[in-house]
Amino acid sequence: MHDLSNLGPRIIMSFGDGSVYITETVFFGMIVGAILIILALWSTHRMEKYPKGKQVVAEFIVEAIYKMTTGTMGKSCSNFAPYIGTLFIFLLLGNALGLFGFRPVTADVNMTFALALITFILIHYNSVKSMGWKGKLKHMASPYPFMFLLSLIESISKPISLGFRLFGNILGGVIVMALVFTGLGAASDALHLPIPLLQAVIPLPVNAFFDIFEPVVQAYIFTMLTMIFISLEMAVHSDNEDH
Amino acid sequence: MSLVTPEAFVLGMSALGAACTGLAAVGIGLGQGFAAGKAVEGVARQPEAQGDILKTMVVGQAVAETTGIFAFIVSVALIFINPLVGML
Repeated sequence: MHDLSNLGPRIIMSFGDGSVYITETVFFGMIVGAILIILALWSTHRMEKYPKGKQVVAEFIVEAIYKMTTGTMGKSCSNFAPYIGTLFIFLLLGNALGLFGFRPVTADVNMTFALALITFILIHYNSVKSMGWKGKLKHMASPYPFMFLLSLIESISKPISLGFRLFGNILGGVIVMALVFTGLGAASDALHLPIPLLQAVIPLPVNAFFDIFEPVVQAYIFTMLTMIFISLEMAVHSDNEDH
Repeated sequence: MSLVTPEAFVLGMSALGAACTGLAAVGIGLGQGFAAGKAVEGVARQPEAQGDILKTMVVGQAVAETTGIFAFIVSVALIFINPLVGML
């Protein structure tokens, strides 16, 4: 399992004098991405009008994602569904990598902040696109002009808290799992067991919580908050149009 | 003549500070429990709205959790990558 004395992601490969390197995070992130691409190509290969087998599952997933997006952001925002769905499935797989004994992709602050930065850009791009620069500035300075500073801080703190929330939850899971495995390993060493029997069965409930339940919840929360933040900055616009 | 070296004192105090960040969990526990209780009340009153209530509750609890996550990151920084020892 993970080493407690070195919490950061290990360096797998380094180029040149060692200043350019690939960490576990990048490596497993690319593997998860490749798995997603292969699954998407395979499930949409030779589609039929009357779906059966893999096509039923793929259509069910796509339909559920579209339903979730339009249910949260409104009917007019169905064009966000591909990004939201990709984000959700990527986070689901990336968080649950601990189940296979690897380091979760999102237990690295660089990965979560990259995702939060995409959310930040999406929020403000769509806000400016729907309101215009002038409307956006006016929206930030409403109801009083001095609120501009407050909403500036708010818009910066949103991606920071989004990134730290995902990172903290997954890293907490990694640390607790490492503590459990280290403790049980020491216990089975002290009992002189021929095989590490304690580590085989006892960690299962902990594993189920931190590697199955928590990844699903955290992936859901990250995508949900992304959708809510984007639609919050855009919904004001449609309200103003009515007047 | 001192009983403890400066490094030992700083490390001990850092561990104490990391332990104190656990106090943040008290507020989160109260807040999330309160939200869950209210959600149960809502479901008992309107069982057909269970999906919406669950969705809102989970998102609200995630936002309430933020302060605790910040406290946890501070404690992790104090324990594993202690920045204070380097300042000696």
